[in-house]
Amino acid sequence: MPDYMVLLYAPHTDDSEQQVDRWAEMPLWLELTENLREAGLLVAHGPLHPVTAATTVRVRGGETELTDGPFATTKEFLAGYYVLRCADLDEALRHAARMPTARHGSVEVRPIMDLSESPAAPGV
Amino acid sequence: MTARNGDASSAGDAAAVKVFRDERAAVLATLIRYVGDFQLAEEAVQDAFESALVTWRRDGVPANPGAWITVAARRRAIDRLRRERSVADRAERLAALLRLDQPEHPAADQVDEADEIGDDRLRLIFTCCHPALDMPARVALTLRMLGGLTTGEIARAFLVAEPTMGKRIVRAKRKIADARIPYRVPAGEDLPGRVRGVLRVLYLIFNEGYSAGTGDRLVRGELCDEAIRLGRLLCELMPGEPEAWGLVGLMTLHDARRAARVDGLGGYVALPDQDRSLWDEDRITEGMRALEHAVRFGRPGPYQLQAAIAAAHLQTSGDDPASWARIADLYEALDALTPSPVVRVNHAAAVGFAYGAAAGLERLAPLLGDPALERYQPLHATHAELLRRAGEVTGAVRAYRRAIDLSENAVERAELVRRLESLTTG
Repeated sequence: MPDYMVLLYAPHTDDSEQQVDRWAEMPLWLELTENLREAGLLVAHGPLHPVTAATTVRVRGGETELTDGPFATTKEFLAGYYVLRCADLDEALRHAARMPTARHGSVEVRPIMDLSESPAAPGV
Repeated sequence: MTARNGDASSAGDAAAVKVFRDERAAVLATLIRYVGDFQLAEEAVQDAFESALVTWRRDGVPANPGAWITVAARRRAIDRLRRERSVADRAERLAALLRLDQPEHPAADQVDEADEIGDDRLRLIFTCCHPALDMPARVALTLRMLGGLTTGEIARAFLVAEPTMGKRIVRAKRKIADARIPYRVPAGEDLPGRVRGVLRVLYLIFNEGYSAGTGDRLVRGELCDEAIRLGRLLCELMPGEPEAWGLVGLMTLHDARRAARVDGLGGYVALPDQDRSLWDEDRITEGMRALEHAVRFGRPGPYQLQAAIAAAHLQTSGDDPASWARIADLYEALDALTPSPVVRVNHAAAVGFAYGAAAGLERLAPLLGDPALERYQPLHATHAELLRRAGEVTGAVRAYRRAIDLSENAVERAELVRRLESLTTG
């Protein structure tokens, strides 16, 4: 069974009303996570601190350069993730659609490469 | 295709071409289920056809060419699977293929194949039209895997450079493999939406061929034929799907008029001016039958309604108000299912022809105030025609001028100019 990285992108918001709405979603998240755990699909998950806590690392010419902030500043930011072990993409997409973030932000689903299955480098 | 060795070789070539056309998709669909990899399966089937050309020229055509290709493709797949280490679950898949290739179990093999083959083509259709692929990729992959068009032909039909189209197809196959898009017919609550998705892909292929746009007209005709062929296949595989029948009805009824839509100079000819002797009677018969079949389910849908409208247009000659009343009803039902201003303009026109210009103008009024439709040419052409019929010459002249300004088609523009001139001189 392949693992899928489910990336939760939420819109930035300063609106306190919307922030209250997000907090109100907490029971949904707990239920969803428990649900995925019971189904044996949950490999890992976690919310992320805001992008203000992010540090981006680049090594250029042997020098480590640090940037305060996320890799890219976008309208939506990476707010959390799940790693789910699903039978196929359809199953992963079904669970992605259950994430509350899907309703106000975006959820990206990416298969995680299984290196044990493909020892050869992927060709073109 | 050459026939150097006389009858035997040309018979071999002809048989290979026939099997390629009739059975390639089925052989490929089943092989994909076993090897789990589009690319590898396609290459194995390609190899099998290439070796058929050589072997059949030399030894004659086998009794069951389709079965020959199936076995040859399976053996090629086994060879390739032994070398290709990156395919997921390689060992299990190889074992399953080898089991299938045991000569002492031909009966078991055949039973399995006969039961599964229909389902496999359906699996292939649903996977090629999976919503996780973008629309151009779905269209290209469907034509390539199920239609058997070459990448070059697809590229020419869509006015895209061949390498670009090649990359698009390769990317789609890679995504199917990497993201594990399942090779199956969706079930339960997913099914209706996914069927609509497949129908949309087929109709898009058809329209690409049918629209009087630029491009290689011959190849574009092939797109219409492919879309109809795939539609028929879908009806055969999902006979209880009224919208599939509706779509076949819609496509064949439109396609029946393909030759009559273009004049000797390549210009577009509108329906009332078409030479009816150029209509394809067989297509019309097929379309009417498909539509009648669909309607019997009692589950109307947008394709059935559009097919019924196309049928009514074919049966109407001129200004018979009863026919227009029926067309108006169909447009009204279509607007209720899939609301759109385009449908409402057509509805207003039909109402005008059925119940008098005033009734049509009343329907058109709210659309004329919509800023989004300001540059929608058919709205202004319809407005002009209804005003002319209502005897409002000044308004009609203004509307004709607007429609002429917006027209992008020379033949259509000439017709509008003719009507405008008849107003101002008559």
